[in-house]
Amino acid sequence: MSTDPATDDTLVDASRTTLMDGFRVLGVAIRREPWVFTLSTLGSVLFGALTVADAWVLGWSTDHVLLPAFRTGETSAGLLWAVLALFVGVAILRAVGIVARRLGAGVMQYRMQAAYRREVTSQYLRLPMAWHQRHPTGQLLSNANADVEAAWAPIAPLPMAVGTVAMMAIAVAQMLLVDLTMAVVGLMVFPLVTVATLTYQHFSSPLFTRIQALRAELSEIAHESFDGAMVVKTLGREAEETERFAAKANELRDLGIRVGRIRAVFDPILEAIPSLGVLAVLGVGVYQIQHGNAGAGDVVTIAYLLTIVAFPIRSIGWLLGEFPRSVVGFRRVHRVLDEPVRTTYGDATLAATGTGARLEVDRLGFGYPGGAALLDELSFTVEPGQTVAIVGETAAGKSTLTTLLTRLVDPGTGRVLVDGTDVRDLAPGQLAGHAALVPQTAFLFDDTVRGNVTLGEDVSDEDVWAALRTAQADGFVAALPHGLDSRLGERGTTLSGGQRQRLSLARALVRHPRLLILDDATSAVDPEVEARILAAMRSTRADADAAGSTLVLIAYRKATIALADEVLFLADGRIADRGAHEDLLLRNPAYAHLVNAYETTAAEVVAGE
Amino acid sequence: MSEAIGAATAMDSGENISAWATIKRGAEISPELKQGFWGTMALALLGTAGRVVVPIAVQQTLDKGINGPNGVDQSYVVAMALLAAAAMVLTGISSYLMTARLFTTAERGLATLRIKAFRHVHDLPLLTQNTERRGALVSRVTSDVDQVSQFLVFGGIIGIISVGQIVVATVIMLFYSWQLTIVVWVCFLPLFGSLQYFQRRLSESYGTVRQMVGQMLSVVAEPVVGALVVRTHAIEDRTQARIDDSIRRYQAASTRAQGLTAFSFSLGGLSGGLANALVLIVGIWLGFDGQITSGEVLAFAFLVTLFVSPVQMGTQVLTDGQNAIAGWRRVIGILDTPADLDDPGTTGEQLPHEPLGIAFDHVEFRYPDGPPVLIDVDLEIEPGTRVAVVGETGSGKTTFAKVLTRLMDPTAGSVRLAGHDLRDVGFASLRRRVVLVPQEGFLFDSSLRDNVLYGDLAAGTERIREAIDELGLTDWLDGLPHGLDTRVGQRGESLSAGERQLVALIRAHLADPDLLVLDEATSAVDPALEMRIGRALEALMSGRTSVTIAHRLTTAENADEVIVFDRGRVAQRGPHQALVAEGGIYGRLHASWTAQQS
Ligand SMILES: Nc1ncnc2c1ncn2[C@@H]1O[C@H](COP(=O)(O)OP(=O)(O)OP(=O)(O)O)[C@@H](O)[C@H]1O
Ligand SMILES: Nc1ncnc2c1ncn2[C@@H]1O[C@H](COP(=O)(O)OP(=O)(O)OP(=O)(O)O)[C@@H](O)[C@H]1O
Ligand SMILES: [Mg+2]
Ligand SMILES: [Mg+2]
Repeated sequence: MSTDPATDDTLVDASRTTLMDGFRVLGVAIRREPWVFTLSTLGSVLFGALTVADAWVLGWSTDHVLLPAFRTGETSAGLLWAVLALFVGVAILRAVGIVARRLGAGVMQYRMQAAYRREVTSQYLRLPMAWHQRHPTGQLLSNANADVEAAWAPIAPLPMAVGTVAMMAIAVAQMLLVDLTMAVVGLMVFPLVTVATLTYQHFSSPLFTRIQALRAELSEIAHESFDGAMVVKTLGREAEETERFAAKANELRDLGIRVGRIRAVFDPILEAIPSLGVLAVLGVGVYQIQHGNAGAGDVVTIAYLLTIVAFPIRSIGWLLGEFPRSVVGFRRVHRVLDEPVRTTYGDATLAATGTGARLEVDRLGFGYPGGAALLDELSFTVEPGQTVAIVGETAAGKSTLTTLLTRLVDPGTGRVLVDGTDVRDLAPGQLAGHAALVPQTAFLFDDTVRGNVTLGEDVSDEDVWAALRTAQADGFVAALPHGLDSRLGERGTTLSGGQRQRLSLARALVRHPRLLILDDATSAVDPEVEARILAAMRSTRADADAAGSTLVLIAYRKATIALADEVLFLADGRIADRGAHEDLLLRNPAYAHLVNAYETTAAEVVAGE
Repeated sequence: MSEAIGAATAMDSGENISAWATIKRGAEISPELKQGFWGTMALALLGTAGRVVVPIAVQQTLDKGINGPNGVDQSYVVAMALLAAAAMVLTGISSYLMTARLFTTAERGLATLRIKAFRHVHDLPLLTQNTERRGALVSRVTSDVDQVSQFLVFGGIIGIISVGQIVVATVIMLFYSWQLTIVVWVCFLPLFGSLQYFQRRLSESYGTVRQMVGQMLSVVAEPVVGALVVRTHAIEDRTQARIDDSIRRYQAASTRAQGLTAFSFSLGGLSGGLANALVLIVGIWLGFDGQITSGEVLAFAFLVTLFVSPVQMGTQVLTDGQNAIAGWRRVIGILDTPADLDDPGTTGEQLPHEPLGIAFDHVEFRYPDGPPVLIDVDLEIEPGTRVAVVGETGSGKTTFAKVLTRLMDPTAGSVRLAGHDLRDVGFASLRRRVVLVPQEGFLFDSSLRDNVLYGDLAAGTERIREAIDELGLTDWLDGLPHGLDTRVGQRGESLSAGERQLVALIRAHLADPDLLVLDEATSAVDPALEMRIGRALEALMSGRTSVTIAHRLTTAENADEVIVFDRGRVAQRGPHQALVAEGGIYGRLHASWTAQQS
């Protein structure tokens, strides 16, 4: 025990709040599932009542059948049938009670789990990218699984505990009626159980908090490690990864053992208290009888009532014992649920004109938290149907710019306008309906080819094939065993890098976006294929004349860049230069150095030889 | 649908192992579970005896000491109270010891199980790893193991106590009346018989439940990892619908299992009611024979309650146990999936620390159930050569690289490095001498330093800086906000795509391999930087063997030799100039490349 009274106080406080919070968590569940709760509690009360009835049946059978039979040496078949019917009848009703209680508790528990899982996952879908980047996948999995499970674990013993409380109330009332002194002695059991439980919580709560956090960390490590399994393999780092995992697993093990030790102390204490109560009642009872304050029958009744509640009283212990874990899980889940979704939407809509969108970037500024400004006072306009290429060194902020244009991230300063409307004023889903981004790294879902291209939208197979053709993906898709219905495996593992990229491209093309942003989306594609893709895109644009979509390209290849009406050269967070590709080549040495690198080097090599 | 999901997994689901075999296999994997088992059992028996003594003592006190024919018998009450107190202390101590021991062995054993399973996932062949979704794999080493541990420590205690109590109660009942004991047991026989049936049903149910957990986690993980795509295409609704569906299926499976559990649990009470009635009825009948007194029948009726409650608890433990067994099976399933790329281990051959020659001997490779992706690849590469590999998308370049670095074994033919068949080379030596920088680089959510240290754990800051300098990247490093301590974010996502590739390159360079295989390792880096790194790497790799896969043909122009892949076959080989002159596929690729540069 700590010698510092202040810390002691806070600790006691902590366990008291755990108790209160535990009840509050349960309150949430009861408010949300009142009917199932009522049903299972009724089942539990039925069970409790029939447990008492069992004793009554035994008493009745003893008085009316057993004793007379032994006294007179005879009995009637009717009476024996009655005994059988009574016992079996009570047993059947009790079974009904049990099924109602347990099934009810299960239904309630699983409903709450499912509800919270739905809420927490839909929150994942709402929260901004920046939040996702801060929270490891493994941890989010743990929130949706282990934490939700922990939060609602007390529901399982809840109906039984409530039934017990009802039973106890009756028992207490009876005891008090029979003999006040003995009843008070017997009732000491309840505060003792409470104190013991609180003490248990005081010691175990911090451990459970840590355990639940460790579970998440373990799941984080596992998810990350399996995600990077290929790197682990290629560098032969299996042993080090295992060690990383083992360190956490062992910490979890040691905490588990510590929890076990604490339980080992409190379990027998909790179990002994009711028995001690009975012994105390017997002691006091003997005294009371000898002093003529009570009859022998009174002692028997009170002792009997105590033994009846002695066992179920533990179910209250089980309930309270789940509280620390539950409160911790609930808090961890709510940390996600209570995270404010700062992304706000307006209700503006964009007109489906069929022509390209007008994109305007107005004094845009952005920096990642904790870093210097990455983009600074960026302004440019892309007229409908125009193509703009953005060129810049590695880490110049090109991908960051694409995330701002598509409102994956909101800018620090300045605005992004599509058709004259600030993207922040658009209604949800509007921007996605008009603009498409093909990200630098292709991400495919564990779904069919069709599912990956349409993303669940109602698109005809012809349109899917047309998009695949443009992205030059029709050939290999046709060669797959089930064509459009072939499943791709998680993240599209069964495809080559270039094949994945082309599906990701087709996914954007099939939507006929009015604004298409390609973030270096052809890097893993052979030059030959890229040339064909660009040709196809150019031809669709030519077909539709001015109605072609607005294109923003991030690229290094000269052929790609040459396609643009204007090139923006991004350097040091600003547009360092802009204009036609040829003009920039002539007037900007930095630009020329960047895009001419291949030839220059090749020339140097030739010259050097 | 569920059939489609997981149907393709190559990982052992463990479903075909029986419950008993699971426990045996589990104990084999975690020998800690067996440690001190009998001691724990003895303690359990001791504690149980105490548990039975207390209520009997109380009952006897009430019957004889207080409510007896001669009124209150104080000395009897005191004696019985002392007996009960002694039994309580005994129970308490043995219960403490038993619980503590059980927790210790269970937690130790399961930590071992978890760690072994985790390690085994990494030892599985790449292709097997890819068949099981990451979320499901995570659930196997986390929540499935948690399920086992929860059961062993909570269910385990109750289970052991219950069995002990059943034994003790039976012994005491026999002491009173063997006939009535038989009556009680006969009443419970149908229950014990039906248990078999329920166990099977429950085992199926809980097997489904565990599977659904894994599936749910996969479905949740996917849009979290692919958050960018979900958002850019605004497919939140469809994604949520998919998640909801998996949540609903998990809920339905759990509820079904719970219904079955509740039903089977309630059966114990029925048997109990029947037993109570029959004890009275048969007791009366025996009493007519003079074989038993009414007091004895009543005492026996009391004993029946001591027998019924542990039977009920025991059934519950058995049913709950099915959930744990289902989880256990899935974890064991990982360990029972063969690591078919056998590491010859320390007995394996060692690769020499010198430039490595490569020989492909009529190599064929096909992915499971697929057409051949590499067809009769037969080539030899001299030590110290710089080789460029080019070819159309999907022509088999990455597959070639994976077979070359033994991430996969060829389905026919063999690969030799410096004359050693790869299958005979110890993994430690292989991974030390041969390094692949894969097409999809992966960084760990940690600092830049930790990530490059993956290449050489022993490297100090000095060496890391030196390596970065050798690659000409010091400027870049100095531009990072926290230098080597910059956090790279999940999967490296706080770096730009090009920067991620730089980190992977530094990592590979630090590993100092004799054969370096680069699979589009600089595809996202800007041209000027790429050329700079290319030159640096050239100098660093001089005298070593390197295989570089690239779409940008500048790499090919500078290589000693170019290998052109076409639909799984080696279509052309030779130096750049010769191939350009030859025309063919390379000629076409080159023409297109040149066109793009003007
Ligand atoms: N989530 C993030 N948190 C913190 N910093 C980030 C994050 N994403 C990117 N950065 C930093 O911002 C800078 C610009 O990154 P960005 O991805 O926009 O570059 P890029 O121009 O697309 O480069 P590349 O050509 O390599 O794709 C980099 O220095 C990067 O480290
Ligand atoms: N795990 C897998 N299972 C089944 N088929 C696969 C798997 N991985 C690749 N393939 C198929 O094998 C063929 C060769 O793929 P590979 O990745 O070797 O191509 P690549 O030449 O590297 O292409 P890229 O230039 O696009 O990277 C492709 O058709 C691909 O679809
Ligand atoms: Mg980028
Ligand atoms: Mg490849």
